[in-house]
Amino acid sequence: MSDLPVPYERDYALRLVRHMLRIRRFEEKCAELYGQQKIRGFLHLYIGEEAVAAGAIPALKSEDALVCTYREHGHALVRGIEMPALMAEMYGKREGCSRGHGGSMHIYDARTRFYGGNAIVGGGLPMTVGLALADHLKGIRRVTAGFFGEGAVAEGVFHESMNLAALWKLPVLFCCENNLYAMGTRLDRSESQTDLTVKAASFGVPTRKVDGMDVVAVHEAAKEVVAYVREQQSPMFVEFQTYRFRAHSMYDPDLYRAKVEIEQWKQRGPLHTFTDRLKAQRLMTEDDFQRLDGEVNAEVAAAVDYAEQGEWEPVGDLTRDVYTPS
Amino acid sequence: MKITYREAVRQALRDALTRDPRVFLMGEDIGKYGGSYAVTMGFLEEFGTERIRDTPLSELAFVGCGVGAALGGMRPIVEVMTVNFSLLALDQIVNNAALLRHMSGGQFSVPLVIRMATGAGRQLAAQHSHSLEGWYAHIPGIKILAPGTIDDARGMLAPALADPDPVLIFEHALLYNMEGELGATETGADIAHARVRRAGADITLIGYGAMLWKMLDAAEALAADGISAEVIDLRVLRPLDDATFLESVRKTRRAVIVDEGWRSGSLAAEVSARIMEQAFYDLDAPVARVCSEEVPMPYPRHLEEAALPQASKIVAAVRALLPKV
Repeated sequence: MSDLPVPYERDYALRLVRHMLRIRRFEEKCAELYGQQKIRGFLHLYIGEEAVAAGAIPALKSEDALVCTYREHGHALVRGIEMPALMAEMYGKREGCSRGHGGSMHIYDARTRFYGGNAIVGGGLPMTVGLALADHLKGIRRVTAGFFGEGAVAEGVFHESMNLAALWKLPVLFCCENNLYAMGTRLDRSESQTDLTVKAASFGVPTRKVDGMDVVAVHEAAKEVVAYVREQQSPMFVEFQTYRFRAHSMYDPDLYRAKVEIEQWKQRGPLHTFTDRLKAQRLMTEDDFQRLDGEVNAEVAAAVDYAEQGEWEPVGDLTRDVYTPS
Repeated sequence: MKITYREAVRQALRDALTRDPRVFLMGEDIGKYGGSYAVTMGFLEEFGTERIRDTPLSELAFVGCGVGAALGGMRPIVEVMTVNFSLLALDQIVNNAALLRHMSGGQFSVPLVIRMATGAGRQLAAQHSHSLEGWYAHIPGIKILAPGTIDDARGMLAPALADPDPVLIFEHALLYNMEGELGATETGADIAHARVRRAGADITLIGYGAMLWKMLDAAEALAADGISAEVIDLRVLRPLDDATFLESVRKTRRAVIVDEGWRSGSLAAEVSARIMEQAFYDLDAPVARVCSEEVPMPYPRHLEEAALPQASKIVAAVRALLPKV
């Protein structure tokens, strides 16, 4: 755990705590609801990795765009997708942010320029490049941030997309969330070169490695790299080194990792290490935390109520949104 | 005015680039080289490097990049050199372009046009002779066009670009050098309906793309023997316009479907099934199909010709369905 002073005012620091806490409590509730079969399909939890979304996404402007993966609840919440609409989507209700058509892996929101949610590893990367190309051609100086796991680095599409963004000097921030495991396959069992920044650097793109368990480190780095991409209008690659505390999905018995390894990473848990630092610096008290936690739990409960009361899409509307109505 | 199919596609592209600043082209060798089929020759000089974008050999990335640019408010026309290489881009076409509108609950449409050459007939052997447009026609969320005439080559692009959803245009490589009269297509062609290309009374021939011309040759040969064949050009492979071919089949009571794709699981199978479902009791004979033989495309000319549908095979299929005179 970093013992560097947290360089933020109290309110600013508490906002970061709130972001992480909202992800944590939302997903804990999702896991519970999955057990009750309220949420079905695949459910990939982000618990343990909260510092990355909580630290990185607030560094973007509202006009910037995001493309994420199937482990994107955290990104969606930090980006500002309303929790009730997100929970309704988890349920598959019509009030969901994707009208219930997508579920956990397909979260979309036009208002916040949130372009998924993509259930194919690496599948969002060329779209990220294309969104940035559109801005480039229109002469709008925005940033498109693409989040993906280290597993995507094994896909050809990662290399093709990096090359295209670098070749055409497009404002793409490649955000690699390296949680060490592509489903059950550890990085050193799938890649001959495990330093991912070396691969990215081969495209002539500046790179950076960041401690993804430290929300301060993430946030400070994110502000710099977002500014770089915006000012230079050319791509950059950041590796956030992180770890998921839960299994890959709710189907995963998690047989491929040592319990002791998981425990060691939990010692570095992004939420408690940050609140410990804030308490040590007297920026936050235990009462503050309890109050915040109470508020977040109430928000989650309200989101569940909203989803419960939501409606199912009538079967008569089964084929809507396959094509755009003329 | 007599022009080539190539020139018709070229005029359509030029028109699109001139009329709409959101339109840009991207693909392999479309700029400096002038296009693998010389369709975009001179465009780089005329429209510049920002709008005529030569891409690396990264079909998956540049097709997906087209999806993103469409989401971002542009009107990209992506050229995938041939359908053979589109296999490398399948994930972006099938999992993103086709599905985004539905997955996002109607929030995001993808106004993307993808053009590619298709088909066999030039002794290019197994990996360069595919006709896989029937595969693409299987997928909800995209529209599939197959211009077989000069007018459609000229006229189908504008409505495809105006369409809010992804449209794939398949241009048969053998057609680029075809010459013909260009009709008045300034306002763009209709991209919803099949067309009757030759009226007839005794049998209906149904196909698209380069097969249109083999069907017309067959119809001509049959006419010499007093058999009147109606020829339907499907033009739009998804969504299929059932009404036009069903109306014809109900009139002629017989149908032969011609498809350069392999027979099993082909678009011809789909057309045949729809006739069976909706016009079974109007038929005087079973529906027949003339498709490519189920073999990888061989290199020698005589074997390639034997593998592909030919006018002679169509004539034979028709004769087999008609009562012996």
